[in-house]
Amino acid sequence: MNHPDESTCGDKADIISTVEFNHTGELLATGDKGGRVVIFQREQESKNQVHRRGEYNVYSTFQSHEPEFDYLKSLEIEEKINKIRWLPQQNAAYFLLSTNDKTVKLWKVSERDKRPEGYNLKDEEGRLRDPATITTLRVPVLRPMDLMVEATPRRVFANAHTYHINSISVNSDYETYMSADDLRINLWNFEITNQSFNIVDIKPANMEELTEVITAAEFHPHHCNTFVYSSSKGTIRLCDMRASALCDRHTKFFEEPEDPSNRSFFSEIISSISDVKFSHSGRYIMTRDYLTVKVWDLNMENRPIETYQVHDYLRSKLCSLYENDCIFDKFECVWNGSDSVIMTGSYNNFFRMFDRNTKRDVTLEASRENSKPRAILKPRKVCVGGKRRKDEISVDSLDFSKKILHTAWHPSENIIAVAATNNLYIFQDKVN
Amino acid sequence: MAGAAAPGTGLGAAGGDGDDSLYPIAVLIDELRNEDVQLRLNSIKKLSTIALALGVERTRTELLPFLTDTIYDEDEVLLALAEQLGNFTGLVGGPDFAHCLLPPLESLATVEETVVRDRAVESLRQISQEHTPVALEVHFVPLVKRLASGDWFTSRTSACGLFSVCYPRASNAVKEEIRQHFRSLCSDDTPMVRRAAASKLGEFAKVLELDSVKSEIVPLFTNLASDEQDSVRLLAVEACVSIAQLLSQDDLEALVMPTLRQAAEDKSWRVRYMVADKFSELQKAVGPKITLNDLIPAFQNLLKDCEAEVRAAAAHKVKELCENLPIEGRETIIMNQILPYIKELVSDMNQHVKSALASVIMGLSTILGKENTIEHLLPLFLAQLKDECPEVRLNIISNLDCVNEVIGIRQLSQSLLPAIVELAKDAKWRVRLAIIEYMPLLAGQLGVEFFDEKLNSLCMAWLVDHVYAIREAATNNLMKLVQKFGTEWAQNTIVPKVLVMADDPNYLHRMTTLFCINALSEACGQEITTKQMLPIVLKMAGDQVANVRFNVAKSLQKIGPILDTNALQGEVRPVLQKLGQDEDMDVKYFAQEAISVMAQRLRKLDLPVKDSEELSAPRADKNHFLSPTVPGDNTRKGPAYQLHVNTRDKLAQLELAERVHFPQSRD
Repeated sequence: MNHPDESTCGDKADIISTVEFNHTGELLATGDKGGRVVIFQREQESKNQVHRRGEYNVYSTFQSHEPEFDYLKSLEIEEKINKIRWLPQQNAAYFLLSTNDKTVKLWKVSERDKRPEGYNLKDEEGRLRDPATITTLRVPVLRPMDLMVEATPRRVFANAHTYHINSISVNSDYETYMSADDLRINLWNFEITNQSFNIVDIKPANMEELTEVITAAEFHPHHCNTFVYSSSKGTIRLCDMRASALCDRHTKFFEEPEDPSNRSFFSEIISSISDVKFSHSGRYIMTRDYLTVKVWDLNMENRPIETYQVHDYLRSKLCSLYENDCIFDKFECVWNGSDSVIMTGSYNNFFRMFDRNTKRDVTLEASRENSKPRAILKPRKVCVGGKRRKDEISVDSLDFSKKILHTAWHPSENIIAVAATNNLYIFQDKVN
Repeated sequence: MAGAAAPGTGLGAAGGDGDDSLYPIAVLIDELRNEDVQLRLNSIKKLSTIALALGVERTRTELLPFLTDTIYDEDEVLLALAEQLGNFTGLVGGPDFAHCLLPPLESLATVEETVVRDRAVESLRQISQEHTPVALEVHFVPLVKRLASGDWFTSRTSACGLFSVCYPRASNAVKEEIRQHFRSLCSDDTPMVRRAAASKLGEFAKVLELDSVKSEIVPLFTNLASDEQDSVRLLAVEACVSIAQLLSQDDLEALVMPTLRQAAEDKSWRVRYMVADKFSELQKAVGPKITLNDLIPAFQNLLKDCEAEVRAAAAHKVKELCENLPIEGRETIIMNQILPYIKELVSDMNQHVKSALASVIMGLSTILGKENTIEHLLPLFLAQLKDECPEVRLNIISNLDCVNEVIGIRQLSQSLLPAIVELAKDAKWRVRLAIIEYMPLLAGQLGVEFFDEKLNSLCMAWLVDHVYAIREAATNNLMKLVQKFGTEWAQNTIVPKVLVMADDPNYLHRMTTLFCINALSEACGQEITTKQMLPIVLKMAGDQVANVRFNVAKSLQKIGPILDTNALQGEVRPVLQKLGQDEDMDVKYFAQEAISVMAQRLRKLDLPVKDSEELSAPRADKNHFLSPTVPGDNTRKGPAYQLHVNTRDKLAQLELAERVHFPQSRD
């Protein structure tokens, strides 16, 4: 794989908090802790520059969210972008949803390449004309200008979440989307900002009885009535919106019985699901918990059909990971375009890929020291106990501050985007 | 128009050799691209003025091309533009040139904002009528085809609304093409477009030949009604209404009813909801026979649907459904096939369902007549009046008049009065408010005796309610009661009780006395006002709370016209003059205002008035203490703030005037 792009900055506000390709893969959006959204556009293919095939350049940058203060609750609302979701393209402009903890915004990103020229009351240099000299009327004419990309906020969906929004997901009906926080899921119409429907509410009457929270939620890619949400208890619920207006009762409940031999103080924490994703086909769902990625068949609720160990070598280090809070990190996971490979992140700037057909897996590292542009990434190995071989890295020397939480896979090609703190790496298949 | 012309340019329009009339137009044209949206919007709204000045030729060759590319603007500007262009035919040279308006509207029909797109389509439909048949085929139909085969779904959705206007006037060959385009949009990849097609299906069916309706529209309808997306299926229900109107009973039964039956039992509650919501229209469209055979059973199912939203929608339709049944046999059908289900709904789990039912159930009494109402409906009304949910009770009370007509107030009072008295003391102030508003109606029909015995004490209790809206309503209620029962009754029963409150320790209650006097003085007439009310008002001028004092001034102004001049000169004026020197600026203000109003009246009567007493203060809003202010309403010249808080008055309390409403349905 090659390594063309990266951006660096030491600032905390630059830490990337979400990465998302649009439906064609032509654009890639990132959101950061500072509330900014940066959109990259893929360079147009040209015959004589084949090697530049996967290059993404900055297309538009805008401030999506600002820090706010909730005076009623005396709470600061961070500007950090939690999620970005692209809308299916409806005209020449692009639309995306971005959300922080409380407010979802719909942005329009559009191009402008003409501007009007000619005034009646001013001359070419902008000097005012004497109105006495106006004897004819001039209608402005549009002339070509340098391409300008504008981002404009089209809708602000606010005041519907008491808790922190963890997911947004666009419905396949193109007219609604949902937003999920720790205890509730709301359904919105894109056209209506002052009203949303609460479709899931797991808040107990008495907050002391609270035993689980919603950690992620997503719509089915084709069936507009179906969505899933995952919980901190490691379970996934599938709901059918046709059945009733409130989806408090699930249609399917996916849960793997716990292995009593592995039971420990940390069992509950590490079984919490940090991300849930439908496969492009809509047949499978993938979930990520602290140590594994699991693939579930929608038709089998009692156990996953595949389980992949992401970094099992950390099982012995859970105690120190608990102490430095790393155990609460929320890793995301993604499918490739054909649902045959899955990818998720780990520590030490490592990320993992699992080929579902060949059952082969690989650990790669996203770091500036180890990869030069267009160099091929070398598989990395973590040594588990015993003797450490050359090229291997010992568990104890892993850097837990360098974590890869957010990754994205191009919808049809083997191009991936990996966010490593404040760096964005884009890798692609080796060209020929 | 020139007033809006570029403030700050420092240039006048007059003078010089230039054409004066051009200047305002030049400003308008320049402001088409001003930074300020409001100015752009203003210019777009005067587009016809610009076009008129440019003449038809330049409008076509310069203005329209410019507007075609101006689609980057704000929605409101685009919306105004789309609207303007619909009426522009005359300004581009008449029907022969109507097609010049198509390019700008075509680009507006592809923007993402639905309101703008819909408006552009509406204008295109308007303009289509102005095309000659030839121009329609040369210019308009190609536009529709372009939109229908556009890359983006915004243009394809817009196309859906244009088929029905060009179809009737097109040649047969073109008609075939149009139908073909519509067919393909009905099976478009994106649900957006299928939804647009489904929502225009009925409209398109109406302009088609009956044969085509049967051979083409019905299959499309069937397909859309079984679309995988429920958002598409539910729109097919609407189309069903239009299609059903076009077909004979036999065709209807064979071609549409299977689909409708399926929709009424759809797996998705949203589709069933739509059937319930459109039930009256469906009922009218399919006619009485199918209604009895098919719709009534379907309706029964909807009334006991597992989803509350569906039950609520169906409950809303109960009255209309019953009204629209054929008169012959109606009572039997309702009694046997509808009422049993309604009885169930009265004790539904969901309050929205009960509330929906409560808003229409009273209407059944006129349909079923006195005896059935007493025997079958009254128990239901009573049950709903006692419902734990205030909205249910409110809906019943708000519709008491329909029952009143049928069974008479006596019957009503015996059965419902105890429940009403209970509601008059309800903890929710909105419920109390609704009851108060029904008091004059009840009083008028129950008579004085009955009223005094059962309801009078309630009416007086409301005067000291802790919610202002209730006290205010209670005051108005008293006025209406006095109008009904006469001054003698007022003097004996109401006035003494009102006047006693003038000594209440709570200043809010003391003010209520003043408000009551304001409301009652006119109805009570000069004698009672002068002899009984005025002394109390004057005494209150020495109140320690400023709010009371300035309301005394307002009251004096209000009751002034009723008093004779002696009382005005001898009693009112000294008090107002004293208040005019009050240490509180608001009291001073209102006292001076009252003096000036009074002075005008005295002058009309040719009585001597010192000029110094007359102030130029305009007549203020009569009763605006704590009345809601309209934002931006600065016509009043009164003080900016009016709420005085007297720390010594321990009973002063804050009120919640409006329930805060959050968009979320649950919390």
